[in-house]
Amino acid sequence: MAQVEKRESSAPAPAPLEWEYAPAPEARDVVQLEERYGLFVGGEIVQPQTGEWFASISPSTEETLFEVALAGEADVDGAVGAARDAYENGWSGLAPSERAKYLFRIARILQERSRELAVAESLDGGKPIRESRDVDIPLAAAHFFYYAGWADKLEYAFPNRTPEPLGVAAQIIPWNFPLLMLAWKIAPALACGNTVVLKPAETTPLTAMIFADVCRQAELPPGVVNLVTGDGTTGAHLVRHDGIDKLAFTGSTEVGKLIMRELAGRDVRLTLELGGKAANIVFDDAALDQAVEGIVNGIYFNQGHVCCAGSRLLVQESIYEPLLEKLKRRLSTLRVGDPLDKNTDVGAINSKAQLEKIRELVASGEDEGAEIFQPECELPERGYWFVPTLFTNVAQSYRIAQEEIFGPVLSVLTFRTPEEAIEKANNTPYGLSAGVWTEKGSRILWMVERLRAGVVWANTFNRFDPTSPFGGYRESGFGREGGRHGLEPYLRLE
Amino acid sequence: MTRVSVRKTYKLYIGGAFPRSESGRTFEAESQNVARASRKDARDAVRAARAAFPVWAGMTAYNRGQILYRLAEMMEARSSDLERACSGRGEVEAAIDRVVWYAGWADKLAQVLGSSNPVAGPYFDFTVPEPMGVVAVLAPGEPPLGGLISRVAPAIVGGNAAVVVASETHPVAAIEFAEALATSDLPAGTVNILTGFRDELAPWLAGHMDVNAIDLTGADGGSTELEQLAAENVKRVVRSSADAQSPWEISAFLELKTVWHPIGL
Repeated sequence: MAQVEKRESSAPAPAPLEWEYAPAPEARDVVQLEERYGLFVGGEIVQPQTGEWFASISPSTEETLFEVALAGEADVDGAVGAARDAYENGWSGLAPSERAKYLFRIARILQERSRELAVAESLDGGKPIRESRDVDIPLAAAHFFYYAGWADKLEYAFPNRTPEPLGVAAQIIPWNFPLLMLAWKIAPALACGNTVVLKPAETTPLTAMIFADVCRQAELPPGVVNLVTGDGTTGAHLVRHDGIDKLAFTGSTEVGKLIMRELAGRDVRLTLELGGKAANIVFDDAALDQAVEGIVNGIYFNQGHVCCAGSRLLVQESIYEPLLEKLKRRLSTLRVGDPLDKNTDVGAINSKAQLEKIRELVASGEDEGAEIFQPECELPERGYWFVPTLFTNVAQSYRIAQEEIFGPVLSVLTFRTPEEAIEKANNTPYGLSAGVWTEKGSRILWMVERLRAGVVWANTFNRFDPTSPFGGYRESGFGREGGRHGLEPYLRLE
Repeated sequence: MTRVSVRKTYKLYIGGAFPRSESGRTFEAESQNVARASRKDARDAVRAARAAFPVWAGMTAYNRGQILYRLAEMMEARSSDLERACSGRGEVEAAIDRVVWYAGWADKLAQVLGSSNPVAGPYFDFTVPEPMGVVAVLAPGEPPLGGLISRVAPAIVGGNAAVVVASETHPVAAIEFAEALATSDLPAGTVNILTGFRDELAPWLAGHMDVNAIDLTGADGGSTELEQLAAENVKRVVRSSADAQSPWEISAFLELKTVWHPIGL
């Protein structure tokens, strides 16, 4: 986090009662928005056969940024056909070393166009430019760079097996990290020799459409990547299409289960990266100021629109009061507002629907008896905003302790012993991530062994890297993205 | 004077004990009366497996390997019983050798399937395979012993506990095998064996909220409904063959956990 706590100076300088705030906006004109974005099929931008378009709204201003095509059944069919054609007539026969070079090219172009992509991401999705600039876009480029290098080394990843591509991979991604999720999906799929039909999220298609232009610049063969924008119906057409060999979905557990049922009995490989309700566990010997930064990063990063967000704070009872005091003070310094302002910590809630869902769950927390804390905070007049929120006096049974809120809302619970921390941490149907804060190494490893979660961050939180496998236990889904393990979902291993 | 032999009663194997079905039912298979497990027996077996899971998974890999090797020793000692329950000596020897082979994997899995991840930052980052929890296994119909071993051994070597539905047509080998399990030092409940009708038991296991994965290798076709039920708690659905033997058979029953820690003074 860029902001640090204000320190008391030993020389009693007059503390200013009010800080003048000088906005530091990122230039928006680095992105040239088109009025309409068509579908990307067979290397061409095409009009939707449905003839339907829908508006993409900026969540921070509620203005319509552009219109985007609504892909219907025929459009999805065309995209799967183009992917099949590209798979059979070229891509699967291309030398792996040459496949690699296309991916390297894409990585480089993403780096070159990173400023434009970062602004586009913040404009379209509402996330702070600091995050899209420093996290989303560099990591997306890094994923392509990492998997590019795997393309011609697959036989070393799986000893005694012959890796073969699956064919056409259908991929459905969420709106929280639009370009990064696209990279997590497309990079390993192409590296393994598959072709792709990807459906960007309904509310965040912009960077995917810029990615279509990146593919053009990289001279990627037509049909290797196809992008079908639309809503849930578009996704359903893609899931039901009988021409797909693989489905990779990142999104809610609810939709993940629907997809699993839909694919039952079909010969389609499936990976699911679903919801979470991660526990961030702080022991009494933890470095408290670092832990506070980690807690804040854990739940307020990207407005809490993070499947692995540390949405349940478990604090050891003996440090409950000092930790909460620090945390509340830190919350009061978070700057909520214009996503394009480089000082912004918490941007806009991605959509009106999501804002309503957050409000509904927060209201349930108050109704069930939890105590709410929200710092004083000036919010812009237009746009979708939610003040960083913290609940204390939370029982494990409350909805805010069980359900994924996907917003900047933290539920605080306490524990006395490590055993109790484990029991509470594992007490949800999810198992995506967890955090542990303690200075004692052996305790970290003891906790790590017992936490039922696919990613455990110790004395840190929300770190991601292309070399590091990511994915869930239990109802958080199955399959891993990232690292050598992230290749397996896209290969047939004879 | 001829001696009348003491015959064996073929019962279920749940939580380290050999109970009859709570339903009191049996069915005839391979000219024997075999217990016909009910959904309540399946529930008891899941409960026993859940209780055994932390015990078995909490042992050192070395220890798990030794216990599985001991299982092979027990099978060798009972090879004549096992032979009578399957196609014969060849199948038994292959099954014993397969158990020995998997026993040797227990303390090598993490090295072959895990990784150290060179992240772009000051963090130590590693990935370790871990057991999933309770795994339901529909054993292949045939071969009676070989099919069972091929699915059960990779399911448990990494630390999972299993609830196995034995071959419906050849259940006797599974119960003979249970006797080897019972004398192998494998913690009670680590492997539970149900004999009975697959159509009756499989849907309960596929839909059970405390089962983490289901191996449908033995579901001859018609597994669509089971897969739909498995979606209820996002079960891992495993499919393989009755004769597979590789470390990847084990990895299908494992989760991967990635751990990050900062490096600094």
